[in-house]
Amino acid sequence: MLLLERRPVASPVMRWASPLLALLLTVVTGFFLFLAMGRDPLAGLKFFFVTPVSDVQGLAELGLKMAPLLLCAAGLTLCYRAKLWNIGAEGHFLMGALGASIMAVQLVDAQGPWVLPLVLLAGMAAAAAWAAIAAALKTHLNCNEILTTIMLNYIALNLLLYTVHGPLKDPYGFGFPQSVMFGDSALLPALVPGTRLHLGLAFGLLAALAVWALFARSFVGFQLNVVGEDPRAAAFAGFGARRLTWFAFLVAGALAGLAGASEVTGPIGQLVPQVSPGYGYTAIIVVFLGRMHALGIVAASALLALTFLGGEMLQIAMNLPKAVTGLFQGLLLFFLLTCDAFIHYRLRWRGPATAGVRSVAPAGEA
Amino acid sequence: MSMATRLRLENIVKEYPGCRANDGIDLVVEAGEIHALLGENGAGKSTLMKVIYGVVQPDEGRIIWNGHPVTVDSPARARELGIGMVFQHFSLFETLTVAENIALNLPADETRDRRQLEQRIRDVSERYGMALDPRRYVSTLSMGERQRVEIVRCLIQESTLLILDEPTSVLTPQEVRVLFQTLRQLAKEGCSILFISHKLEEVRALCDNATVLRQGRVSGDCRPAEVSATEIARLMVGDDTPISTQVGESEPGALLLSVEGLSWRTDDPFGTSLSDIRFSLREGEIVGIAGVAGNGQEELLKALSGEIRLSGHAIRFAGTAIDGLAPQERRRLGMAVVPEERLGRGAVPSMSLASNALLTASGQGLVAHGLIRYPKVRAFSREVIRRFGVRCVSEDSSAASLSGGNLQKYILGREALQNPKLLIASHPTWGVDVGSAVAIHEALVALRDQGAAILLISEDLDELYQLCNRMGALCHGRLSPLVPTAGLSIERLGQWMAGDFPQEVSDAAA
Repeated sequence: MLLLERRPVASPVMRWASPLLALLLTVVTGFFLFLAMGRDPLAGLKFFFVTPVSDVQGLAELGLKMAPLLLCAAGLTLCYRAKLWNIGAEGHFLMGALGASIMAVQLVDAQGPWVLPLVLLAGMAAAAAWAAIAAALKTHLNCNEILTTIMLNYIALNLLLYTVHGPLKDPYGFGFPQSVMFGDSALLPALVPGTRLHLGLAFGLLAALAVWALFARSFVGFQLNVVGEDPRAAAFAGFGARRLTWFAFLVAGALAGLAGASEVTGPIGQLVPQVSPGYGYTAIIVVFLGRMHALGIVAASALLALTFLGGEMLQIAMNLPKAVTGLFQGLLLFFLLTCDAFIHYRLRWRGPATAGVRSVAPAGEA
Repeated sequence: MSMATRLRLENIVKEYPGCRANDGIDLVVEAGEIHALLGENGAGKSTLMKVIYGVVQPDEGRIIWNGHPVTVDSPARARELGIGMVFQHFSLFETLTVAENIALNLPADETRDRRQLEQRIRDVSERYGMALDPRRYVSTLSMGERQRVEIVRCLIQESTLLILDEPTSVLTPQEVRVLFQTLRQLAKEGCSILFISHKLEEVRALCDNATVLRQGRVSGDCRPAEVSATEIARLMVGDDTPISTQVGESEPGALLLSVEGLSWRTDDPFGTSLSDIRFSLREGEIVGIAGVAGNGQEELLKALSGEIRLSGHAIRFAGTAIDGLAPQERRRLGMAVVPEERLGRGAVPSMSLASNALLTASGQGLVAHGLIRYPKVRAFSREVIRRFGVRCVSEDSSAASLSGGNLQKYILGREALQNPKLLIASHPTWGVDVGSAVAIHEALVALRDQGAAILLISEDLDELYQLCNRMGALCHGRLSPLVPTAGLSIERLGQWMAGDFPQEVSDAAA
């Protein structure tokens, strides 16, 4: 009989092997999916994972998609370490794009180095304010943050759609729902000339570095960890859960807002309805895949950025639907959660002689 | 009564991942015998009990019940055989009545007539001197009464072996006496009793025979009435552990903490509100608060530590009202707290000992400009480990990897090393091995001798009598007077634990 048995101590090897194993299982499942759809599986996998990043332009596009994922994931890491399940990065992101766009449209003719920072700050402030709603609901009314942040995502999306169809619509835009093109002073400079890669990636990497420093060195990071690991110990020590909740939500909001602002001031250059292909949701997978660790989320954001590119590539090359991106992301998360079970549990074979012995006995209970 | 063998265990082995909890245990309980199972926490008593009651299955060994080998594969099977169990943490639904709780364990046809069941409950409880009203809700019962419900529940099922796990830890001394009478009467009628305890005097007073466990094995059998408590203790802890502390006299100094009219209303329907608590504490004295669990100890501790914050000026520390201060602010003033739960409040289980030092000692120069100074954290942690003899691999060991006693020494050491003016300790030796308990008592006395005031909240009356200058009891959120320990008889303390003390409190030593 095969038994799932609790390990005496969590396996440090499995903690890092689990994401790799999940990736492997995703690739294997992808292979059979292509087969089932009557496509050449090896070609499909190559189009998905290899072709998009086989030249400099492709790598630049990868960096372009990494930037928002990394910024959103960095902020979410703070929340998740404290076991605050903020699902609202998508909403923060959209509010960031909206706030930045409103500022950029006001300053469309303005010149000078102060314009861009002002636009980015407007985005961050709008997103942080949006995150503050969920924080206030959590700390003052004890509302579950998972539900409130998801609902706020939809409100943010509709607010953005209303704005881009209404007050912010370009009057000379032939009726298309989009804002005017931003002025040059409000646009992010390119990071690699000749590509679309912009300063946003640098913001993302800096955010990852800041997250590393926060948890490796700072007392606030320690407090966030304690609140997540053991809320009663945090209360005993006097680490204010409210204060830390606000901190994590505001940082998560500001960083996702910066991602949204960087998106409209970077590759797009104006506000459009489809500003996000779901970066805020994908960032959740990034954080878990990256083990809530700075270095891990950099690697995971590259991988998930690739799923966006690979999905587009498959649409073009193999005529597959757009849903293939979400499918691969979902498979990856599914397998990750499955493999993560083996951090705390292990499989053991027991002969039938002692069948009936209860398997999941709590360790150390003597 | 013929002395037939009721239960015989042969070579019981039970292994958990990383720990051999029972390592070849033999045990014999005769009919009508009161048999003690003794041992420190972690010696394997709980596991053995669970094996007998069918909660876990042994990896090896045989269970022989009334002469026949049996497999007890579930608690239901155990009850069918006639084995009843009273757990230390009661398995009762607080929102149901006594009769409803008992009905849950009975076959459906016996519970259909509610009135008849109620009468049966009354009959059994009166016969054994354990008065119970079957219609009362469990949430309104005291701990002692809840225990009666558990026992009556077993008796109604006609158990012939009653297992009691640390039954006296929730009782006042008077209630203990009544329980013992009941148990003796049951034994006389042929019911066997397996009495699990670590309190030697009780075992000596009650039990016919005793089996002592140490580290998963039987370390000895004895007739407790015929050997001294010290001899039994030696069997429990082995030869090289000290088993008691010598406590010298102390001369209390200036007033440090005064609590005047502290009241607090709980939101928790099963919590305890505090009403008009008054006491004072001087430098260089240990003051004890006895009481049965759930009478407001938890709430009082939280009000003093700052986990519950109040408005007003009821609590004054060195002259300053601290009612509204956060835990860190109180710590900065010189207060320290050792909570009842070691894992999950006093320490974060998954974190290293060094990180756990940061939990309360961040004010000792371990954090500068918001950044953690890891070399200092490690040094502090190593110092705690060295000074308090904490057995661990290093300061990187996780808190969860330490035994209860060692972790408690670490937590107490973490607070003591910060030189507090006031230390509040709740059940500091609960579930701790004898050697560590002695070390903890010595550390408390050493702090007192340095001039610190110590408030000791405990259920262990021996501990309180041994250490305290003054003591009293907490009942239903009200505090009795705190009087010199020397003049407080155990009978009087027992009455106070049951709430029988003068309403107008006069703090004798204040």
